[in-house]
Amino acid sequence: MNIYLKYNLDKICRVVLQEQLDKFDIKYSLSDSGCVHFYENVPDTTYVRIHQALSSYGIEIIDNKKAILVQKVKASIGRMLDQCDMPLVKISAHLADELGENYRTIAQIFTEVCHVTIENFIILYKIERVKQLLAVNDISLTEISYKMNYSSVAHLSNQFKKITGLTPSTFQKLTRSKRAFKALSN
Amino acid sequence: MYPEKLHILLAEDDQDDHLLFHTVFNHVKINHTLEMCEDGIALMDYLEKSQEKPHIIFLDLTMPGRSGMECLKLIRQNKALSDVTVAIYSSTSVPATVEQAFILGANIYIKKPNEFDDLKKILTEIIYINWQYITEGFNKEHFMINY
Repeated sequence: MNIYLKYNLDKICRVVLQEQLDKFDIKYSLSDSGCVHFYENVPDTTYVRIHQALSSYGIEIIDNKKAILVQKVKASIGRMLDQCDMPLVKISAHLADELGENYRTIAQIFTEVCHVTIENFIILYKIERVKQLLAVNDISLTEISYKMNYSSVAHLSNQFKKITGLTPSTFQKLTRSKRAFKALSN
Repeated sequence: MYPEKLHILLAEDDQDDHLLFHTVFNHVKINHTLEMCEDGIALMDYLEKSQEKPHIIFLDLTMPGRSGMECLKLIRQNKALSDVTVAIYSSTSVPATVEQAFILGANIYIKKPNEFDDLKKILTEIIYINWQYITEGFNKEHFMINY
């Protein structure tokens, strides 16, 4: 036996949204064009839970709130590494404290937007800074490792090799040859 | 800001490898397009005519017509393509060849692994690292990875 249905998508969406949003203890109103208005600010943890609740219905939040959070994380990491001003606490605790959010939430959103974990991002960022120092300045690897807060030169060398597949000295040599070749061909 | 889609281009004459790349990139979570060129001549032709520049080119070293190394030189001579990431991949990794590729301006050198899972891991990692270079504006001159 077949039965035929006629349905109103708009109404279904509204009902689903209401059902889901009512689970959270927040005041909101629905307007027509797929916009939900919250009367007060939604903390990021709640935001993530709303996002999860809706995504199982194929409803995506179009919002750059995540992008904003990621930007804050990156700025904070940049400050820490550029000014060599490492916090005395763990980076995770520092970020959570500075952004006033749970680290798990921060990490989850970061990976979703950037496709790398915060830990890997920090490593990549540090290695980029090391490369810059290797390419520009005539400073020793020991100095670089000190400047970039590595516990030892060996640790820096290993991490560099692991990320780039090259040793710091090979990288330095290649950068110089590359520059010489470029100058020659121009 | 972030590009809407990541454009990936593959220059490779081996059909099996086309399939491998397709399979791997199907798992990549970044919105992307994947174009294939059969050989070096088709690649340079494509680059000349295409409106949209690729973000990353995977270049087989041994192709009929024009080798990967020749293509690399031509790509780097073209100012419009200076920002494109070039990943060379080859079944050999003679140190002198690897070095030459980097000096000529390659960003990545991949020695083709024997296992599919290894290739998958490498290619996925490359796509995500390349994404950081795009979104973070890291210095492309220093973008060198040897797999």
